[in-house]
Amino acid sequence: MIPGIPTPRAVRVLHGAYVAVFFVYLFAPLAVVAVLAFNDSLFPALPWQGFTLDWFLAPGPRRVGLLHDRELLRGMATSVQVAFWVTLASVAVGTTNAFLFEQETFPFKGALYTLALTPLVIPGVILGISILVFSSTVANAVEAATGIEVESLRPSLVLVVLGQFSFITTLTTLVLTARLRKFDRSLEEAARTLGATRPAAIVTVTLRFLRPAAVAAGALAFLMSFENFNTTLFLVGSDATLPITMFVSLRDGSTPVINAVSLVLMVASATIGLAGLAAGSRRR
Amino acid sequence: MGKGSRLGLALFLAPAVLWLLVLVVLPHVDMLLLSLRVRGDETRAFTLDNYVRFFAEPLYWRTFVRTAVYSLVATALTLAVAFPVAFYIAKVARGRRKGALFLLCLVPFWVSELVRTYGWMILLRETGVVSRLLVWSGLADGPVELLYNDAAIMVGLVYTSTLFMVVPIVTVLDTLDDSLIEAAYDLGGRAPAILRDIVVPHAMPGIAAGCIVAFMLTLGNYLAPTLLGGKNSLWFTQQVYDQFIVRFNWEQGAAFGFLLLTLSSAIVWLGLRLTGQTLAGSVGR
Repeated sequence: MIPGIPTPRAVRVLHGAYVAVFFVYLFAPLAVVAVLAFNDSLFPALPWQGFTLDWFLAPGPRRVGLLHDRELLRGMATSVQVAFWVTLASVAVGTTNAFLFEQETFPFKGALYTLALTPLVIPGVILGISILVFSSTVANAVEAATGIEVESLRPSLVLVVLGQFSFITTLTTLVLTARLRKFDRSLEEAARTLGATRPAAIVTVTLRFLRPAAVAAGALAFLMSFENFNTTLFLVGSDATLPITMFVSLRDGSTPVINAVSLVLMVASATIGLAGLAAGSRRR
Repeated sequence: MGKGSRLGLALFLAPAVLWLLVLVVLPHVDMLLLSLRVRGDETRAFTLDNYVRFFAEPLYWRTFVRTAVYSLVATALTLAVAFPVAFYIAKVARGRRKGALFLLCLVPFWVSELVRTYGWMILLRETGVVSRLLVWSGLADGPVELLYNDAAIMVGLVYTSTLFMVVPIVTVLDTLDDSLIEAAYDLGGRAPAILRDIVVPHAMPGIAAGCIVAFMLTLGNYLAPTLLGGKNSLWFTQQVYDQFIVRFNWEQGAAFGFLLLTLSSAIVWLGLRLTGQTLAGSVGR
């Protein structure tokens, strides 16, 4: 079982072998996607036809590489834009939430905290349709009352940002609350004794303490937004995000250019994820 | 409590209340209200027609039951797959190896679910990697189509949920003092008994959190059934999509959405009750 107690050799070997198989299972789908991005073939499948960079670089018309694939590039730009706003908003609200749940006392605090966690246990599809339904109710009401058609309340990038923000904020709140819990409030009190107002003390002392967690939460928010499919599916208008663009081309049969964009995504998300972890685990 | 601190409370409370009210509570209330109306009815009278249609049409409720049962099976399988790995990472691996293995679990899940599902398509399709391996090794005579069946869906579902099972279980097992296991062993406890009486009870908050999130993700999954299961994979989220996007019957779609939400919440609540956890104590850690 554990190293501290004697365990039959067979059990130890079997356990180790199982874990090895598990990691093969974990990485096999990613590995085949990455490798076949370089296959000199029109289909994302075996056999191996030789190495090529066509699926990244080819200008067309027979083969269109990632650099010349307008739809995928546009999807990527859209996703970056959406992820930027979701990250900014969810880290900001996550920070105020951390102060609210860690430093304030008010009636029904426990109930509000539970409510703040619920987006984690609501399926993304449901969040998507409920926000779709509510925003068009509001848009219809506004139109009936004033005659103004609010475009951004119809499926659009604004709705995508709001939809993703609705559950990603729960994640940033958890990360930032956990960090603020470790904060020694006497530091803030010391700043106030020395004449700082509470806002000044928060900005100069507490927010500095929270910064690594804010970076970690931001990385997490960016990744979650960039990869989101379920909620986005119902809120997206004419500008599709990258996962939606990829889904459509997968459904209609694809070329290895999808592998190429996937590989770029893997490298980028691993980099962002590792940077976020490194920032979050720093002591100060 | 001076005026300043009340102002501070208001400043911190406002974003949270706005977020939860406008993006969580009101949308779900509105969805419920919409599900009680019928499309095209100008009187906007409340009716249960959409729910009656759900029970009257076997395709709808059978898909619903199927989705629920498969989600429970997928959750149980995910737990079975993930627990030995979580135990290995938390209790067997040491030092840098432990950190590295934990990190290796995280990495695949930073990538889009779409990319991961696409990987399984490439592995399982007729011209895919597994089929080739089977032919090459002589286990199959010709190419085998492994995609577009329920087993393929199950593989995709379990894969997607794995991380959300491994991480919370590793986290709780890390807090289990090894000396408790050693003491049990010294007192004559055998491995199965130690697992049952010490390890699993201690890991319960993590197991509950993992199972809740895995179940919710599986129930609400759209990509795995659609891409790995093909056109006839009959997953309830597809019915929701169908009503909203294809048929434009939002009223019916809202009813389906509400039913799915009810099922998901009921199972989450039941899971918490059975394991004696709270939402804040399990998912909120």
